[in-house]
Amino acid sequence: MFDFFFQLHPVIQGLIKGLAVIMVIFPIAGACSMAERKVAAWIQDRPGPNRAIVPWVAWIPFVGKFLQRLGIFHVMADGGKMLFKEDSLPGHVNKFYFILAPIVAMIPALTTVTAVPFGAYLDAAGKVIPLGLAPLDIGMLAVFAVSSLGVYSAILAGWASNSKYPFLGSVRASAQLISYELSMTLAVVPVFLWVNAPGLPGTMGFARVVEFQSQPGFLGGMWFGFLMPVSAFIFLVALFAETNRQPFDTVESEADLVGSFHTEYGAFKWGLFFVAEYSHMLVGSGVFMLLFGGGWNPLPWVSLATAVEWLGHVIPFAHAPLFVGVLSIAIFLGKVLAMIFLFMWVRWTLPRFRYDQVMKIGWQKMLPLSIANLLFYAIAIAFLQK
Amino acid sequence: MAPFLFTFFSLFTIATAVGVVVNKNAVNAAMCLLLSLVGVAGLFVQLDAYLLAFILLLVYAGAVVALFLFIIMLLDTHDSKAQGLNKLSGVAPLAALGLLLAGVSTFVAKGKLATSDLLTVPAAGANLKLYAYQLFTTYLLPVQVIGFLLLIAMLGVIVLSKKHEGLDDTK
Repeated sequence: MFDFFFQLHPVIQGLIKGLAVIMVIFPIAGACSMAERKVAAWIQDRPGPNRAIVPWVAWIPFVGKFLQRLGIFHVMADGGKMLFKEDSLPGHVNKFYFILAPIVAMIPALTTVTAVPFGAYLDAAGKVIPLGLAPLDIGMLAVFAVSSLGVYSAILAGWASNSKYPFLGSVRASAQLISYELSMTLAVVPVFLWVNAPGLPGTMGFARVVEFQSQPGFLGGMWFGFLMPVSAFIFLVALFAETNRQPFDTVESEADLVGSFHTEYGAFKWGLFFVAEYSHMLVGSGVFMLLFGGGWNPLPWVSLATAVEWLGHVIPFAHAPLFVGVLSIAIFLGKVLAMIFLFMWVRWTLPRFRYDQVMKIGWQKMLPLSIANLLFYAIAIAFLQK
Repeated sequence: MAPFLFTFFSLFTIATAVGVVVNKNAVNAAMCLLLSLVGVAGLFVQLDAYLLAFILLLVYAGAVVALFLFIIMLLDTHDSKAQGLNKLSGVAPLAALGLLLAGVSTFVAKGKLATSDLLTVPAAGANLKLYAYQLFTTYLLPVQVIGFLLLIAMLGVIVLSKKHEGLDDTK
């Protein structure tokens, strides 16, 4: 069925795969902006966006009204507005870097996806084969390396805007991103110490991490979120800081910085920053779920292979690679979207930290905690895996 | 594909490296440095040295150049006039060129980039375990010395940035 695809040139195959993934991530990032407004509305006990509707959908009796209340057409309205609004270019900016900054924001956000596996299928022998764009042996490092380039968009945007508030915002952004990268990197080290057990070839890839969370037995089936709760917590907090989400929203705190580094931006260029932020959140949530949330395993102590075996009693084609692949991607995507909901929940629950508090938490609390955590697990793992 | 990629990344690295030197605007120069590092990372990937490539991106492109830019923007070197090339700045590239020629000619004269050695190069760079093993055995002393140097630099920064309140010479 797919023979023609495998006959294509490898570069064209790669392009098609990459485009397919981007075509999933881009609309989800757009839909997240809508979900953010709707979740905010639910938490604040108001209806939220519920007006926009395409005329001929309104003619469908009940469904049309329901979809309108759900507010899904506001995604199209927002997207259309961003595309067709006048894209103004202020006179006092450095034009080259001003235009470059939103592009630089998008590139790392979408490039990190290549190293993140998002599903798996079972081959004829029942072995779990991960699905992803590039099965890199150093997946985690690749994600860290490429996502650390995201800081340039903030720096360039703030500097090129040539006005006070954007510049302050970009200074804060670069300091914050570099500060929290440290504890984030240290937090994942115990995971890779654990999965690089003696006798196995060394790897920094995600496939092994998920494999270790889907083994039989009490300790084998345990997700790393339970096994290493402190690591998971540090990673989660650092993820909030890295993606500039509340309560670490000092970078674009409207109250004191107007709109931070994208104050001077409008229309589609601003939209690119927005989509890049949500893409970062999506990829970050995906990495969190792979490391600490069991990846594509449906439940703790229930691996994908076990679930497929159970389903095999009910559905005849449950072992087909296509079915398992779609099922695992659906499970993984569901977990990622649950994480996105957590991001929004926290945003509308916790107040924003002051900038000095952000720095204090990063350097005086998170960093020592992550070093102590690393030491503890290094010693514990050395004893357990002797 | 591989020769094309090698040519592309080599030319890209050299062109952006020239950009670092030639650009009078410090921000442009720093951005060229960033692109040059990305080009070198691309060359490392072609050698199967993925670890080196991504460490280069993570440390230099992700943090060091970001701090360069940060400082350049804080100092705001807009108005200060960039110095042109003088005689002394002509000597440095000549010396570098001489060293480069000497190095390349040594390789060529000895005539042996021993094939068996060359085959082990990607293996040492690609296999994480081997790499870590070498760092903790063969190259343990250099790693420790570099760590000590960084510690000294960090202490220096702490001492320099500390506010010496109550001292006579700060008034």
